[in-house]
Amino acid sequence: MIKRKAAVSIRECAACGCCMKICPKRAITIHKGIYANVNKDLCVGCGLCAKECPASIITLEVTEQ
Amino acid sequence: MKQKKKWYDFLWIVSLSYLILGFFNILFAWLGLLCFFIPLIIAIAGGNKAYCNKFCGRGQLFSLIGGRFGLSRKKDIPKWLKSAWFRYGFLIFFFVMFFMMLWNTYLVFAGTKDLNTAVTLLWTFRLPWRWAYHGTLFSDGVAQFAFGFYSVMLTSTVLGLFTMVLCKPRSWCVYCPMGTMTQLICKAKHVTSSRKK
Ligand code: SF4
Ligand code: SF4
Ligand code: SF4
Repeated sequence: MIKRKAAVSIRECAACGCCMKICPKRAITIHKGIYANVNKDLCVGCGLCAKECPASIITLEVTEQ
Repeated sequence: MKQKKKWYDFLWIVSLSYLILGFFNILFAWLGLLCFFIPLIIAIAGGNKAYCNKFCGRGQLFSLIGGRFGLSRKKDIPKWLKSAWFRYGFLIFFFVMFFMMLWNTYLVFAGTKDLNTAVTLLWTFRLPWRWAYHGTLFSDGVAQFAFGFYSVMLTSTVLGLFTMVLCKPRSWCVYCPMGTMTQLICKAKHVTSSRKK
């Protein structure tokens, strides 16, 4: 089955946490204050985080599962 | 689906009150040091950005006005704004201006300069702010610092509101000097542990 999951461009991440706050599945944590980390098992690919991210660095990537 | 609101989700009220208090008595500006030291202490001691992620009232204020009230075009920010050179450059610029403000305060403390009861917006525009000055404590320098610090806070709010309207609500967080600095501290703190990955 094809699923979409959020992917963060870590290098550009400001670690502001907007994505973490909006995620309904609590799939995102801010890894050591450096970048946002998506738990792919929890992410349902709703895209809310991508919309919220002020730097617009989250994309939804297709993953086979 | 919505995450439950916690007490710290209302800290935007504190940020808003701070800005308003500065219109009544400039000495309240000293309270702003809290949102200078708290994030630094959290980053240095805790090694994380919990301040940005949870407690920062300014970020909340932007997401409220831009998000909830819709005062934002919700467009992507220009690429250069999120580039490393701009973020670090802005941090350095901010620091230089901050130290110039401190130097100015020192001169007033030392008595070489007279108190200037103006708030400087965007490092350029001098707004007369006399109405919020009702005398000072100990020395004119105490008031001078208040004017200087309030200028910093107001300037960053105005810049933040500007990018909030033009881009996404919390665009300011991408180039916010406090955010960049706390992230840098976290990076430095975890240099060894992240290398192992
Ligand atoms: S796509 Fe949705 S579920 Fe996945 S991390 Fe983003 S907000 Fe959370
Ligand atoms: S919202 Fe964007 S910049 Fe902020 S932590 Fe998430 S991915 Fe990083
Ligand atoms: S980046 Fe700046 S404005 Fe945004 S949450 Fe952090 S300290 Fe607050």
